[in-house]
Amino acid sequence: MSRYQSTRIPKTERITKLVEHLYAKMPEIESARATLLTESYRQTENEPVILRRAMAFAHILKAIPIIIREGELIVGSSTIAPRGCQTFPEFSYEWMEAEFDTVATREADPFYISDQTKKELKEANRYWKGKTTSELATAYMAPEALKAMEHNMFTPGNYFYNGVGHVTVQYEKVLAIGYEGIMKEAAKELAGCKVGDADYATKSRFLQAVLISCQAVIDYAKRYAALAKKEAEACKDPVRRAELSQIAENCERVPAKGARSFYEACQSFWFVQQLLQMESSGHSISPGRFDQYMYPYYKKDLDEGRLTREQAQEYIDCIWVKLNDLNKCRDADSAKGFAGYSLFQNLIVGGQDASGQDVTNDLSFMCIEASFHVFLPQPSLSIRVWNGSPHDLLVRAAELTRTGIGLPAYYNDEVIIPSLMSRGVTLEDARTYNIIGCVEPQKAGKTNGWHDAAFFNMCRPLELVFQNGIDCGEQIGPRTGDVEAMKTFEEFYDAYKEQMNYFISLLVNADNAIDQAHAERAPLPFLACMVDDCIRRGKTCEQGGAIYNFTGPQGFGIANVADSLYAVKTLVYDEKKVSMADYKKALLFNYGREVHPLVVAQVAGIAARELAKNGVTGDADAVAKMTQEILRQSVTAEDQRKFSELLELIEAVPKFGNDIDEVDAFARDAAYTYTKPLLSYQNPRGGVFQAGLYPVSANVPLGAQTGATPDGRLAGVPVADGVSPTAGKDVHGPTAAANSVSMLDHGIASNGTLFNQKFHPSALSGDEGLDNFVSLIQTYFDRKGSHMQFNVVSRETLLDAQKHPENYKHLVVRVAGYSALFTTLSKSLQDDIIRRTEQGF
Amino acid sequence: MGLLQEVYMDDILQTRGRIFDIQRYSIHDGKGIRTIVFLKGCVLRCMWCCNPESQEYQIQTMMVDGKPKVIGEDVTVGKVMETVERDRQYYRRSGGGLTLSGGESLCQPEFARALLMVAKSRGIGTAMESMGCAPYEVIDGILPYLDTYLMDIKHTDPAKHKRFTGRANGLMLENARKIAASGKTNLVIRVPVIPTFNDTPEEIASIARFADQLPGVTRIHLLPYHRLGQDKYDGLGREYLLKDLLPPENEHMAMLKKTVESVSKLHCHIGG
Repeated sequence: MSRYQSTRIPKTERITKLVEHLYAKMPEIESARATLLTESYRQTENEPVILRRAMAFAHILKAIPIIIREGELIVGSSTIAPRGCQTFPEFSYEWMEAEFDTVATREADPFYISDQTKKELKEANRYWKGKTTSELATAYMAPEALKAMEHNMFTPGNYFYNGVGHVTVQYEKVLAIGYEGIMKEAAKELAGCKVGDADYATKSRFLQAVLISCQAVIDYAKRYAALAKKEAEACKDPVRRAELSQIAENCERVPAKGARSFYEACQSFWFVQQLLQMESSGHSISPGRFDQYMYPYYKKDLDEGRLTREQAQEYIDCIWVKLNDLNKCRDADSAKGFAGYSLFQNLIVGGQDASGQDVTNDLSFMCIEASFHVFLPQPSLSIRVWNGSPHDLLVRAAELTRTGIGLPAYYNDEVIIPSLMSRGVTLEDARTYNIIGCVEPQKAGKTNGWHDAAFFNMCRPLELVFQNGIDCGEQIGPRTGDVEAMKTFEEFYDAYKEQMNYFISLLVNADNAIDQAHAERAPLPFLACMVDDCIRRGKTCEQGGAIYNFTGPQGFGIANVADSLYAVKTLVYDEKKVSMADYKKALLFNYGREVHPLVVAQVAGIAARELAKNGVTGDADAVAKMTQEILRQSVTAEDQRKFSELLELIEAVPKFGNDIDEVDAFARDAAYTYTKPLLSYQNPRGGVFQAGLYPVSANVPLGAQTGATPDGRLAGVPVADGVSPTAGKDVHGPTAAANSVSMLDHGIASNGTLFNQKFHPSALSGDEGLDNFVSLIQTYFDRKGSHMQFNVVSRETLLDAQKHPENYKHLVVRVAGYSALFTTLSKSLQDDIIRRTEQGF
Repeated sequence: MGLLQEVYMDDILQTRGRIFDIQRYSIHDGKGIRTIVFLKGCVLRCMWCCNPESQEYQIQTMMVDGKPKVIGEDVTVGKVMETVERDRQYYRRSGGGLTLSGGESLCQPEFARALLMVAKSRGIGTAMESMGCAPYEVIDGILPYLDTYLMDIKHTDPAKHKRFTGRANGLMLENARKIAASGKTNLVIRVPVIPTFNDTPEEIASIARFADQLPGVTRIHLLPYHRLGQDKYDGLGREYLLKDLLPPENEHMAMLKKTVESVSKLHCHIGG
């Protein structure tokens, strides 16, 4: 008999209704949490921070409005409005007040906000002036780091303005012993503290904070029990009445105590997942290996005949819906970088146990099924792939990919396990890893990984090489010398490395300042009670309580930097077809194309410096006049001709992504300019920095801040996505691109890499299509790639591309033996391709 | 490998031929993930041909996206194999390999044979898309190195075949019988379904009956007509004669599949 059942299970009517209800309205901002938090803080001024946090958490959970949505089987909502969000002024609030009037109409992730809410939030926010983590972090930062951020060299926005999140807790512990069990553990530890111990003050208060927080969660669940009971009594429909009574019973039992059934385990899981996101605004709170820790409850119920697979599927589906009920409002710029209201709650199935055996089970398949049923972005579903993965599981995952939902993402055990071990994680812990957020691997319940610590734009230091460390008139980087005087490519490359090293050190400075601010102002006792070894050490995760500690900022634009360096090497130094002076001028003036605001800013900087040389400072009119002058006169017809010629020459230089060993080896080395220096830095929690190479969606806004680059990329155009080749530059198909990308050192980027491929559904049609698709993933993984995800272009996308070709300039489709840009094809051919898309299913 | 074989293999790697494209990650022409090498030159002039640049042996210039592009390149077997080898690991995972296509690969028999022989000797699976339009001795020399023969049969009526492709089908049908009888390769029959030419149930049934009689043949592929090569005719300065022809509806293809299954024991698949 097979060790798992994989047959499909139909979706119930309830799930359709729950999803419809969830998406009936625009999400809304609510003020209850901010008001209650502030109320509590005003009453606890003299208490230690850790107790203030716990008391505020308890105060919120005691009084925040609760609701059971129509038809729900799993309850617990942080807002009355579906998909609403609370606010977290203790981290930062000024941006939100500044955006009160635009947040409902902005393009990325709009939220409705009522005037009453605005008023209440303003009232609460008043208290927080000078008290936020963001303000303390700023105070800790070096002036040159602040300057670099002002110049968009990197952005640590995530934790600068918000909670940290990015963690997977010990769900299995709560399921097994409940918060009463955890409280016993904390109480025992507290009893063991001696008043004369050096850490008595901090440890005892921390443990008290844990007790307060756990009790608060238990009491919150009981509020739901009471509400369900009340609603049951008033309910006319006997079926729903029974459901509500069962919900009341569940919430009375869990998460206070251990779960006795799969249904209770589901409810208990949900309170953990929801309330972690009530304590702090950190996103990427990742459920991790749900199929593993839920399995014992499922198996027992199934074996004892108390549960059918269909019922279990419906509970899982309900959790999937709830994961989309949580929401978060980010500032407008961050919203662009994390577009899609995403909370990155990563849930992973399959993979190995601590002894290296495959652990795929019924629930692994049912989790994929739930994503088919609910068909929403959350959870960020992931699959662990290794040489022992069952083919069935990979094919079912591929079927989900084929729908175009962009899920699941595929992860390679064979790279990730040794990569984690190289960072000091034990073999057993590494084998049981899960993924946080986008692509970040770690060991659940033992790690504070700070995984999404910053966006570092690798193209910007390259711009500074051409300007001798000057950006918009200010000397923000080291003086690496006049680029025109650099005699060899090595000299040029060394200058780039020097710029990189300098800004990496500033990035570290900024991250560590923020780290320190969180430890001091926003320690999280509730989270800490579910991460080892916080209770024993008497510290929260922010204070260094976790066993494994990392900081993982990600690098952007590898492909652009690699292609740029290679183009400079080829055209300027090897073939001597272009002078460095011409290259420099072409970059400054955006290859003679659009006079982009970035061009104006750089030229204005030059003008200001020129004027300053002549003793004129602070005269904005003079700067503006001179800027106009330079812009009008500098680019001659001869220059325009040279620029166009240069673009053509660049076009002909081989690019990363085409399976050309020399270029790919170059990209590998270019990536090291980011990944290697980072490893030498430490964070305040006693952990190391480790690089990630993945973009979220920030490659677009980061590109908007980047001038023209030597790879022919124009100012403001998005930089390359993760470790993927530059869009449209990989022209030999998916295997060639995958071979190139696998040439990078994925192991050293232990905070994760992201490789995105776009497919036409015909590539996955039929059973053979799925098999071939799985083979492609497996081969990329054989070659030591770490992660892969797919955009399968849907029919709707193609129809939209016909209507709005300007948005789909890079959409490649396969046309009889060759690939073409969809938008360049005639209408009738486009129609044919759309027909083919339909046949793909 | 002995010295003699090494010298011999070296010669084979130097065999030259003319191709017009190499397409990696092809997944609709034979099993698994494959690399297709397109050989230039064809014996037929099918009016619906989606690769019109394949037909002439001589090197041509075709306008692509408004720019002239040289179509056709003389290369050695060794050079082609360098590209084919790049995806060896994908072949291993998926059961794929090298596919020769065209044009008609048999127009360059020595080159085709050398490519297949080298691939085979290196453990790479082989397939060839071909009409079988060559003397049988030529085909017979290739068969030992060919895992799968994807053979086009477009029509059973010689006159109609001649009218739409420029040649009658006698030699090809005869070769199909001989290839099947040889038992040296896995023969798969492929039918381009072209409205107004062969898309009636009677015509498809006739092809299916023929294929069903071939010993060892179990599979037939119906490939729906598409217009995706149409732009290339403009690019070559030629007129596309089937401008008004619409691709067959999905329902029609499904009906034809049923027809095949009702008159034969063949496993029928729509698409490659």
